[in-house]
Amino acid sequence: MNAVLDNLDAYFKAFGYTIFLFLVAGVLSTLLGTVLVAMRVGPVAVLRGAAATYVTVVRNTPLVIMFAFFSFAAPIFGIQFKWLQVHVGTFDFTAFFGAAVVSLTLYTSAFVCEGLRAGVNAVPLGQVEAARAIGLPFGGVMSQVVLPQAFRAALPPLASVQIALIKNTSVAAVFGVAEATAQMRTFTNSFSSERFGIFVCFAIGYIVIVEAFSFLATRTERHWRVAL
Amino acid sequence: MSASVLFDAPGPRTVARHRVYNVVAVLLVAAAVAWALWRLYDDGQFEADKWEVFTTPDYVRVLLVDGLLNTLKMAFLAILGAVVLGFVLGVGKLSEHALVRWPAWLVVEFFRAVPVLLLMVFTWYAIGINKDGSPFWAVVIALTLYNGSVLAEVLRAGVLAVPAGQAEAAYAIGMRKTQVMNIILMPQAAKIMLPAIISQCVVALKDTALGIFVTAPGLTFVSKQIYLEFNNRVPTMIVVAALYIVVNLLLTLLASWVQRRYVGEKSPLDLTRVGTMDGGQSTAV
Repeated sequence: MNAVLDNLDAYFKAFGYTIFLFLVAGVLSTLLGTVLVAMRVGPVAVLRGAAATYVTVVRNTPLVIMFAFFSFAAPIFGIQFKWLQVHVGTFDFTAFFGAAVVSLTLYTSAFVCEGLRAGVNAVPLGQVEAARAIGLPFGGVMSQVVLPQAFRAALPPLASVQIALIKNTSVAAVFGVAEATAQMRTFTNSFSSERFGIFVCFAIGYIVIVEAFSFLATRTERHWRVAL
Repeated sequence: MSASVLFDAPGPRTVARHRVYNVVAVLLVAAAVAWALWRLYDDGQFEADKWEVFTTPDYVRVLLVDGLLNTLKMAFLAILGAVVLGFVLGVGKLSEHALVRWPAWLVVEFFRAVPVLLLMVFTWYAIGINKDGSPFWAVVIALTLYNGSVLAEVLRAGVLAVPAGQAEAAYAIGMRKTQVMNIILMPQAAKIMLPAIISQCVVALKDTALGIFVTAPGLTFVSKQIYLEFNNRVPTMIVVAALYIVVNLLLTLLASWVQRRYVGEKSPLDLTRVGTMDGGQSTAV
């Protein structure tokens, strides 16, 4: 315990990175997932196939492999995050952070797509028929009628996906981001006699983030709940 | 709702427009894939000596036996443990005694909210880093704890999904609590739970890849040895990802077959979300 209490600034900084990873990847994966679901249910057969293939491949690949592939192959594709040199307060967002965000985003968006697709399926048929009857094209049907309702219906599964993302940020530890799990390993290496206390401290940190997000999600869910 | 409800049956002009979209989309996707392949080719990633190792019988054996087999072994042991743990915790969560229910609930919530990687690192240190086989068991134990907690939630949802009349009828003919659970509820719940359990196998299998962080044996470990020796990181990652995808797709096929065969059209189980602390509120869509 004391190891963490004496180094509280390192502890909070590590969780700061975790939260930043979660926020950036969470927003980006929601956007990409929405695009994917529009492709997945749209009228263009090729895009449907492409989105379905993407979701199948990504969902069945371990996140570590995604990370590894991205960090090995990205330089070949000319994707490097050398330009990423953002400093906010004591936080440095560098190439490792950029690569972690991209890997987490690509991974999570497949699950967002699946969650949203279930939400799209939950929108009553009459809504869609009415939207088509007043002459809306596919883009209009999706953006004006289906997706707003799908998001409400899909809020619980989407919240679960984002909670999984909070936990998945820990994988960034393997690839050089100094977030909570990496910090925990540093602590346990230097204070090996206190590792149980250290573990509990870091577990509590994750639980607090998960709880806070879950609380927000439940509030929003109640607020948005509609009779479907 | 099937996808086709979202748009009208296309008329002649729309058919023509969609044809244009399709062609453009094919061109875009093909261009992206071609560009990626060309960059890899240009970088020499498709040269025979980078792939030769995957056609050399000795290395294929290492990859499949030391790699895939160990990974499957870890996943299998973890799921086996998780089913047992999930049963204990799940029945605990359903107990009428608050003294049993709350600890079970606490354990389930704790292990579902903590990242598996964190658990792995901790169990690794707890077993002793230098002990023989400790990374292997660290992975198995961490995955058992995490998946056991998820399966506890699956079991709770599965038992609650059995129609209430079943338990009431059993009580009416004079069965005891244990009998109702073992003879009436469990056999029916098991059928409903089976697809969810198989899907959890996919999760466990994917998470074994995290073992690389604690130097556990398995596909990721072997792949690191291979790419360090042959300097073929990208091809190795493609092969390892393909192996994972194939095994996972087989499991997914099995899950949907079981769903069709034993569960029918009933929707999959609604699980309470991690960290929903008001205890057992369902997240039905």
